[in-house]
Amino acid sequence: MSEQLLKLENIYKDFGNVKVLKDINITINKGEVVALIGDNGAGKSTLIKVITGVHTPNSGKIFFKENKVEIKSVSQSRKMGIEAVYQERALCDQQELYRNIFAGREITNSFGFLKIKEQRKEAERILRDYIGFTSKAITVDSQVMGLSGGEKQGVAFGRSLYFNSDLIVLDEPTMGLSIQETEKVLNFVKGLKNENKSAIFIDHNIIHVYGAADRFIILDRGEVVGEFLKDQISREELVQKMIQLHESGKIKVDI
Amino acid sequence: MSSILNSYFVKTHRLEISITIIAIVLFLIYFFGATHVFTRFPIYRAFMQSMPFFGIIAISATFVVTLGEIDLSFPSIVGITSLTFGMLLTSTDGNFFISFALATALGMFAGLINGLLVTKIGIPSIVATIGTLFFWRGLVNVISQGSGIAIVDEADGTWHHMIFVDKLFNLIPAQFIWFVVLTGLMQWVYRYHKFGNHIHFVGDNKASAQMMGIDVDRVKIIAFVQLGFFSALAGIFTMYEMLYFWPTQGSGLMLTTLAAVFVGGTSVFGGKGTVYGTFIGVLIIGSLESGIVALGLSGFYVQFINGLMITIAVTIYALIQKRKN
Repeated sequence: MSEQLLKLENIYKDFGNVKVLKDINITINKGEVVALIGDNGAGKSTLIKVITGVHTPNSGKIFFKENKVEIKSVSQSRKMGIEAVYQERALCDQQELYRNIFAGREITNSFGFLKIKEQRKEAERILRDYIGFTSKAITVDSQVMGLSGGEKQGVAFGRSLYFNSDLIVLDEPTMGLSIQETEKVLNFVKGLKNENKSAIFIDHNIIHVYGAADRFIILDRGEVVGEFLKDQISREELVQKMIQLHESGKIKVDI
Repeated sequence: MSSILNSYFVKTHRLEISITIIAIVLFLIYFFGATHVFTRFPIYRAFMQSMPFFGIIAISATFVVTLGEIDLSFPSIVGITSLTFGMLLTSTDGNFFISFALATALGMFAGLINGLLVTKIGIPSIVATIGTLFFWRGLVNVISQGSGIAIVDEADGTWHHMIFVDKLFNLIPAQFIWFVVLTGLMQWVYRYHKFGNHIHFVGDNKASAQMMGIDVDRVKIIAFVQLGFFSALAGIFTMYEMLYFWPTQGSGLMLTTLAAVFVGGTSVFGGKGTVYGTFIGVLIIGSLESGIVALGLSGFYVQFINGLMITIAVTIYALIQKRKN
């Protein structure tokens, strides 16, 4: 369809004796939202942690923008343009909002001292422009623990947009959110396409996934067992496939 | 009044304000209870002389505690680095630079070992540093064979002796000036340097910090290394004051130092703390013994009142925290 952004070739990952990822081959194109679906323990989280540099694979190749790369750390993957939005887990509760937004890539002078004014100003802009926070109760100096689940998610999204990443990785972005907040998150994901950004999206709720993604990759026990474009499969068929997989441990690919 | 209580500064500095009030009340009690002692200078000079020895370590330990970790080995790091400093100073005929460099390097090395045991091997810090506490003290005993080292000939009256412990205008002990300067510097690093920022995030939530791209192990190791360095520095200050090394040097520091950190308001759960609070904690803990005796109570009350102070302070912090949540 279009230019490829990320390509994984023959990725294997194990933790001791447990083979978590077995021969994974996937491609993400520019401007495409891809959903990873599968049961608990299918390897979804491990796969995205390989992409974001939390884990390094045992073997296999990764290509980003058609260059072979080795992603060894989170800060490296961020520099390349991959940004993870983990549920609210990736914020630290007792620290101020502006510090959370810049954690791990602080704006500093050459001695490593923080430019607090600049960070606060930029954080202010992120809150206003990217997240659309209007509540007066929340300022850049608020501690994260006072925010609702959706607000935390908003901060994480705003952060990823601000740093202008090419690929945004969303780990269960709607878990624990209210219906309205879920709607906001799904709109955000759809909005990414307009900016020609790509996303990988994990969610247990197939209804959410179906609405937001262009393509579905089904994982089961560490392997890719099915891959569908949205126009090849209806929502009901996708649900059927998942139930089938759950019951029989196999998937019938008849397309 | 209520607008003052709800102002931004008050809201964000509840811990600092509480500890300052506790300290003021305590010193008022001293002042009115033992006016004849506390209206004269010598008691303050005595405080300024003795507090920095554990105060410097307490400031530095605030970083480790904010990580949600603990270091129990620093009393023995003080011991082994002081021994090294004394041996080198006497054997090099008073070469300050070599003695200082090697003693502080050993302190950092001891900190590095603590850091590696905690991060790379995965031993909880409370257990790992009990091990190194015994290890370094044991090494001091083996090497010194129980005897002390006098450094009077090498140190007394030298320029380095003056820099460390001389009295400014014949009044203010140099170690206290160093202590204040270091407190300011460390507070700055704690709040406004990338390293201090990372300390807060790792202490708050290790997993989140890692996902945000902070090198958790590196931050922890550096924290233990700097505590090793400042333990060595505190040992050297003590040596210049006493002009003598004794094999149990440092072993009385553990509880006063950690008490100062906790009384100061740094949370044992990690993620929140204050270097300024630790400084005030040092003033409180460091003044109790003389203060109590000056008030006319017998020395037997010292531990009792010490315990009371610590319990009251941490209860206040726990209540502040509870209200917030």
